[in-house]
Amino acid sequence: MNLSQNDTLLDIKNLKMYFPVTRGLLRRKVADVKAVDDISFKVKRGETLGLVGESGCGKTTTGRCILRLYRPTAGHVYFEGLDICALPEAKIRPLRRKMSLIFQDPFGSLDPRQSAGAIVGEPLKIQHLVSSKQEYGERVEELFRMVGLDPAMVDRVPHEFSGGQRQRIGVARALACEPSLIICDEPISALDVSIQAQVINLLEELQEGLEGLTYLFIAHDLSVVRHISDRVAVMYLGRIVEITDSKVLYENPLHPYTKALLSAVPIADPFVEEKRERIILKGEVPSPLNPPAGCSFHPRCSLAIPECSQAVPPLRDIGGGHEVACIRL
Amino acid sequence: MSVLLEVRNLKTHFKTESGLVKAVDGISYHIDEQEIVGLVGESGCGKSVSQLSVMQLIPTPGEIASGEVIFEGQDLLKFKSGGAEMRSIRGAKIAMIFQEPMTSLNPVLTIGRQLTETLELHLSMDREASREQAIELLKLVGIPSAESRVEDYPHQFSGGMRQRVMIAMALSCDPRILIADEPTTALDVTTQAQLLELMKDLVDRFRASLIIVTHNLGVVARYAQRIYVMYAGRIVEEGTTKDIFAHPLHPYTIGLLKCVPRLDEEPDKKLVPIVGLPPNLVNMPPTCAFLPRCPYSSGICRQKHWPELRQIHDNHYIACYADIQEKQGESITK
Repeated sequence: MNLSQNDTLLDIKNLKMYFPVTRGLLRRKVADVKAVDDISFKVKRGETLGLVGESGCGKTTTGRCILRLYRPTAGHVYFEGLDICALPEAKIRPLRRKMSLIFQDPFGSLDPRQSAGAIVGEPLKIQHLVSSKQEYGERVEELFRMVGLDPAMVDRVPHEFSGGQRQRIGVARALACEPSLIICDEPISALDVSIQAQVINLLEELQEGLEGLTYLFIAHDLSVVRHISDRVAVMYLGRIVEITDSKVLYENPLHPYTKALLSAVPIADPFVEEKRERIILKGEVPSPLNPPAGCSFHPRCSLAIPECSQAVPPLRDIGGGHEVACIRL
Repeated sequence: MSVLLEVRNLKTHFKTESGLVKAVDGISYHIDEQEIVGLVGESGCGKSVSQLSVMQLIPTPGEIASGEVIFEGQDLLKFKSGGAEMRSIRGAKIAMIFQEPMTSLNPVLTIGRQLTETLELHLSMDREASREQAIELLKLVGIPSAESRVEDYPHQFSGGMRQRVMIAMALSCDPRILIADEPTTALDVTTQAQLLELMKDLVDRFRASLIIVTHNLGVVARYAQRIYVMYAGRIVEEGTTKDIFAHPLHPYTIGLLKCVPRLDEEPDKKLVPIVGLPPNLVNMPPTCAFLPRCPYSSGICRQKHWPELRQIHDNHYIACYADIQEKQGESITK
């Protein structure tokens, strides 16, 4: 992290994203899927915030709302102080220069007919960041070198690259416009174990080299998220249940769901595993169409009391920036 | 404990347009009674193909080139794939759970029908008895209101529930060995933990053995007693779980352990990736397959034929020429 660490880059306030469920010929709305339900958090410039949770918890939707790929139902997303939810569509494009996205699937996210160089360079053209062909070529080569690809490969097409190399192309494309925020949506889960570390290290090195580069790192793999993030937000059924420093998250998790999630991740060490307490959750994640009343985790929670089903517990700071949403703490 | 299944020098090759792919190139392993064994490796290392070979479920253009699979005193590879002998073992005495709970169930048959089919075929139960047994099995794997859910179709089940059905199906004939091929990879973390725990409990209860095929080192650390590490179609290290995690000796195993972030270590600790890429299995060089990525390689590795497994001590074997003493000197795990 650099000097400007107190500078808030992204401030999300009461963000909601509901998707309507329609029925019948007239597409009458019958219900809402509350994919993201009233979440608030801040991301400082230069830091990495990890967003972790199981499938359907709303972590990808959150990322897409921040990029305004979805128009949120309610709430505010302040990016560099500007509320991007209120902006008209026409004003979004210049903003996209400053935020970009790395996708999960290194196979589906690259156009198979474009050359690697054209994929990486397209944002430069769209955003008019280069004035000459020569400058374009130089910039693309520079981007290739930044992500550890040989610039001689600019004319190759995606299928000539391995999974790890393709993900590097995706990273180079995301870096092309010198964004201040990159949303990494499960960037390594499609890669082989021995390749994952290469991409994680690349992302970390880029952040060290580029001042103020901020990541929102979305993943379901807790050990990876914890490794790369400065702070981690744990989501469950559209809400954030705990946010804290990544170190504190493992040493002192407070929310019962966070505890269960941590305990579910096996550690590659049989000696540690022998001594670990295993919390096995009962049942499955309820449908976001019909979430339980009050705290949505209460039907699976070992600490639940009748009050838990009365009201949604607010996320409250219990000191040192450790926020948790549970009335039993 | 006595040996239950022994695989000797198994080779499974695929004849493709670009050449002969030696997906499994001479592996030998065994599993004892009531043992949990982990088979670890990355995609394409041959771990799944080796298991499918045991079951004789290799799709064309693959074929088992050589080897023996000794189970209950018989060589399973002598049996015809579609023959009665093999069918009486496959799914009954040796059962398998696949990675994709979405695609390994038949979408047009009810869950109940898929369970009773196995029971009627292998245990010659009648309709009524098999239906009752199916409900019992669903209860066993923790499916709520099993009596009504037995009539449901796979799409009405969640991923975790489908994998529970797969477990029920695999256990329905009281198997001696359960092979779980990446059983939880497609599932969420907490569901993963539930299912692995369930599988372990049931295997204990049925006094069966379990082979967990996975790329997740954490899963084997938690459940397996012994481990085989595979790379490019060959076993490169074998040993007890504790031995391998405490003193990994093959450069690939060491690399794997260093490149995966651990929950319990300092978050800012740098990962050490394994350089390069897994090899293309077509036209493999005669030298060690890990050589191009190996930080410990020396002249001998480049000159000699790829190394056979050799014993280091008790049950610990590695396929590597490098000097072990030197490697043990450095801190490998935490």
